[in-house]
Amino acid sequence: MLKISDLHVAVDGGSKPVLKGLTLEVEPGEVHAIMGPNGSGKSTLSYVLAGRDGYDVTGGTVRFEGADLLELEVEERAAAGIFLAMQYPVEIPGVANNYFLRQSLNALRRARGEPEISAADFIKKLRAVAEQVGVGQELIKRDVNAGFSGGEKKRNEILQMVMLEPKLCVLDETDSGLDIDALKTVADGVNSLRSPDRGMIVITHYQRLLDYIVPDFVHILADGRIRKTGGKELALELEEQGYEQLLGEAA
Amino acid sequence: MATALETVQDYAAKAYKYGFSTAIESDMAPKGLNEDIVRLISAKKNDPEWLAEWRLEAFRRWLTMEEPTWQKVHYPPIDYQDVHYYAAPKIKERPKSLDEIDPEIRSTYDKLGIPIKEQEILAGVAVDYVWDSVSVATTFRAKLEELGIIFCSVSEAVHDHPELVRKYLGSVVPAGDNFFAALNAAVFTDGSFVYVPKGVRCPMELSTYFRINEMNTGQFERTLIIAEAGSYVSYLEGCTAPQRDENQLHAAVVELIALDDAEIKYSTVQNWYPGNAEGKGGIYNFVTKRGTCRGKRSKISWTQVETGSAITWKYPSCILQGDDSVGEFYSVAVTNNAQQADTGTKMIHIGKRTRSRIVSKGISAGRADQTYRGLVRMQKGAEGARNHTQCDSMLIGDKCGAHTVPYIEIKNRTAQAEHEATTSKISDDQLFYCRSRGIPEEDAVALIVNGFCREVMNELPMEFAVEARKLLGISLEGSVG
Ligand SMILES: Nc1ncnc2c1ncn2[C@@H]1O[C@H](COP(=O)(O)OP(=O)(O)O)[C@@H](O)[C@H]1O
Ligand SMILES: [Mg+2]
Repeated sequence: MLKISDLHVAVDGGSKPVLKGLTLEVEPGEVHAIMGPNGSGKSTLSYVLAGRDGYDVTGGTVRFEGADLLELEVEERAAAGIFLAMQYPVEIPGVANNYFLRQSLNALRRARGEPEISAADFIKKLRAVAEQVGVGQELIKRDVNAGFSGGEKKRNEILQMVMLEPKLCVLDETDSGLDIDALKTVADGVNSLRSPDRGMIVITHYQRLLDYIVPDFVHILADGRIRKTGGKELALELEEQGYEQLLGEAA
Repeated sequence: MATALETVQDYAAKAYKYGFSTAIESDMAPKGLNEDIVRLISAKKNDPEWLAEWRLEAFRRWLTMEEPTWQKVHYPPIDYQDVHYYAAPKIKERPKSLDEIDPEIRSTYDKLGIPIKEQEILAGVAVDYVWDSVSVATTFRAKLEELGIIFCSVSEAVHDHPELVRKYLGSVVPAGDNFFAALNAAVFTDGSFVYVPKGVRCPMELSTYFRINEMNTGQFERTLIIAEAGSYVSYLEGCTAPQRDENQLHAAVVELIALDDAEIKYSTVQNWYPGNAEGKGGIYNFVTKRGTCRGKRSKISWTQVETGSAITWKYPSCILQGDDSVGEFYSVAVTNNAQQADTGTKMIHIGKRTRSRIVSKGISAGRADQTYRGLVRMQKGAEGARNHTQCDSMLIGDKCGAHTVPYIEIKNRTAQAEHEATTSKISDDQLFYCRSRGIPEEDAVALIVNGFCREVMNELPMEFAVEARKLLGISLEGSVG
């Protein structure tokens, strides 16, 4: 469903190359983990998929379900079914979390030519999902991410993801800042979305998350490229050896 | 892809949706202003002697006054002789029932989203419709009369309740108060009148829709609201105008009087035509609004959402005379494109333990310029008085301006005033976050701005909050990037 070929991306007004020939293919039903040192370009990859300004594609292609993803605006990518659970979710003061989510859900539905969800159906669904991903009723009514703890913000991202039911989920370090219990609930939420027609890219720093969200593939991102690919055991190897040794072997 | 700034600029090019005009026969005075015109208006309105005199006196005062220049707005000199001071739809008599209203006028209100009949029945809101200078319909009157509440046009009140009008007209904003107030006193043609008797809580929102239709006319309405001891009333005004290349003058006066334990809540959703993106046309909104908390423990609350007008000059104020009285000012002002606004409030604390609260949210986009100008004055006798002012500005793009000019005068040592001010921008992070959740950029701007204004929006009566929310979005279309 997603085909990234020889992708080159530069930041800082195009002056700083970050991704230098990244190739990755995700098929429906697959979960791909991407691991890599700090600053290796993991978030950059996620932003490029979501269409953020300031990340200039200087080469390569990205196709999503046959279409040229790079041609689409941010909101069009969302409507096409891409969801990015962000590493640093943004606060929107004065906008209630539940209101925001309903606006989002209805915007996506409108863009897809579907009818809007009724208030009653929305509330019902939100209650169920919030319980599932461990987001309290109080948090649902607060302003979007305003004053949320790091863990609450991450859980809120997963709440949105499960509510919006995207085709391709991209999770950027969703595990950082979570304690073990929170990690389990979040993983449960993510796992509930696993299905034969949905793809996932799980960006993480630690092997720990992958105990709960078991990936089909693990990729190591370094120097702007996928340097090594393997099964879930690659994450364990990495944990034992560290990037330097592991990639030293690969090089 | 567009940056936040570019989007703002694109938005700035959108059209005003209320800008149609209606062809309807009207009765107009010739252009210009002199004593004969003032007399003509008196004659048209069938003024009693005292009112005719009052107008003439105001006119003579006006001749000696200078147009104010201290505000931070710029416009070419206004030719006061190039304006029609009276325009009324040709109706021989006020319609006896709503069915008698001219179908053209009805359909205009329909287009504005305020069908006269439906509004009355569905919303349970009593509405007075002012067309150019004349009130054309007041709904729900009978029901209000049962409670002793008077809700009618000022012209009717002059004839039906002369003792009340004579007692209170000009008692808060005297005829010679300022240049525009004097002009209004001389030529005002209509407006709404509300009287709530002792101990009565008005059971529905009272509302007036002002519509300027004719070309080259000024609108000079005058609203007078009196809340007797222990009474309560919530009043809302809405305003729209057709799209015209010339600037049109709107110089209204609003006077509120709250007696012991009475409360008046006055809300405005102002959407006069703002002019086009280059700053051509639009309404000059030069308005004097003032309320007196004359009674003990009385309360006056101004809430305004201002998105229209080419130029706004307006400071809804509270004179807190009664001990323990309360004044509030909640304001959202949006300026986009070439719009200019110099607006704020005055809280004059006279009585003991009087309290005031000011929440001002200013949003500037395009090349617009906006100034919050607020005065908080604690008089000598204002023992233990308190004020809290919160003044927040949001800038969309980098060509607009926001200025905060607070004046604080404290003449009593036990009185305190606090002032907080912030300036923020819609961040690219916020826009990206919303868009990545499928919310299109323009909607995202509206969402973020509405969030920024929530404290004020929460003060609006429910039905109007929905309308105001939409309006904020529309006004900022063509503004972000
Ligand atoms: N918007 C930006 N402007 C400038 N530099 C950036 C920007 N985003 C990322 N970078 C730089 O690009 C590199 C990769 O960053 P990032 O993708 O966040 O890495 P990771 O998520 O793997 O830690 C880093 O050197 C970072 O400083
Ligand atoms: Mg990162």
